[in-house]
Amino acid sequence: MGELKSPGAAAEGTSKITIEGGASGTSGFATTKLDALLAWARKWSLFKYPFVTACCGMEFMALTSPRFDGSARFGAEAPRFSPRQSDLLWVVGTISQRQAPVLKRIYEQMMEPKWVLAFGTCASCGGFYDNYTTVPGIDKIIPCDVYVPGCPPRPEAVLDGLILLQDKITKNATGDRRPGIVKPREDPIRDLVKLRRKDKEDNA
Amino acid sequence: MSVRALEALKNRFGDVVVETHSDWGDDTAVVKAESWKEVCRFLRDDPSMAFDMPVDLCAVDFPERSPRFEIVLHLYSVGKRQRLRLKARVGDAEGDDAAIDSVTDVWVGVNWYERETYDLMGIQFKGHPDLRRILMYPEFEGHPLRKDYPANKTQPLVPYRTEEEAGLTLDKQAPFGIDEGMPFGRRTFDERDN
Repeated sequence: MGELKSPGAAAEGTSKITIEGGASGTSGFATTKLDALLAWARKWSLFKYPFVTACCGMEFMALTSPRFDGSARFGAEAPRFSPRQSDLLWVVGTISQRQAPVLKRIYEQMMEPKWVLAFGTCASCGGFYDNYTTVPGIDKIIPCDVYVPGCPPRPEAVLDGLILLQDKITKNATGDRRPGIVKPREDPIRDLVKLRRKDKEDNA
Repeated sequence: MSVRALEALKNRFGDVVVETHSDWGDDTAVVKAESWKEVCRFLRDDPSMAFDMPVDLCAVDFPERSPRFEIVLHLYSVGKRQRLRLKARVGDAEGDDAAIDSVTDVWVGVNWYERETYDLMGIQFKGHPDLRRILMYPEFEGHPLRKDYPANKTQPLVPYRTEEEAGLTLDKQAPFGIDEGMPFGRRTFDERDN
């Protein structure tokens, strides 16, 4: 293993770290506000609590697996299955009336500052369930920061939601906690279908 | 073929068997509710029947009929590879005295089926060892699969946040509102008549 050396100090064999372009042998500095620094640190080190109840759970597993590498690329890789060690609650799947007290208790046990992401249309608004047994959206029970609609949401939409949440965290210093909703992207399959149909017409 | 089983049932019990049919290969017998347990015990113990596996037990609500509920029991004989559907009709128009004998001491496996039927339809099973709710929570009032239960009536365990608290409207968003989609989800039994 090579020792970490600054270019100028290589000859002397010392291990001082300097900022490139700075004076040799001294460390540089940067100025910022403390809350901005904290928000930046929180933004890139989200510890998620996956509250997985239904079919969106498989989408969540696919998202966190190597193909999409979902939240790992944004500093939110490690899940914590204890609410006291996590600051981002992912509500993945349908929440029934019977589960609602559990969800609320877990939210209350989480340490401040904490955020909530509703994964999928069931967690966002109850989805196609419109009956006696399903909570029509987790915002009926706990505050929600980001809604990711879709049944299930595409991985890109979830990543958009995560980036949206990170933007919100940096804006949190100015007190903006309004919920964000991920807008649907253009679905590329439409163009593919058009091409296929055109191809069929040409052959006919 | 369990058509033979139907014939044997009619020969053995006579008037107790109200009607039978074998539409589309589904051999069905409707029996009187008083003899429910007796018929079940015969179907299990008789060597020519040997229905040793209760596949399902549930109930159907017919609000316009006088015996309002129909209890449906699906049976399968593993050895003889034959199926049978057994029905019994209980309950008055209000569904108050809907009760039938429990068959948990004939087949142990129907324990949870009967609890579920009690939970969602409100049918009492006399002699059941542990008749309490299984899917809904104990505080739930009423029986949600009855057709006169309002489709949009929820009984939340935790109080919902108020709109002032949330800072936004808490109505269901389109396309899941009452006017946009899923019309059958919101339709109640009373509305269907009008």
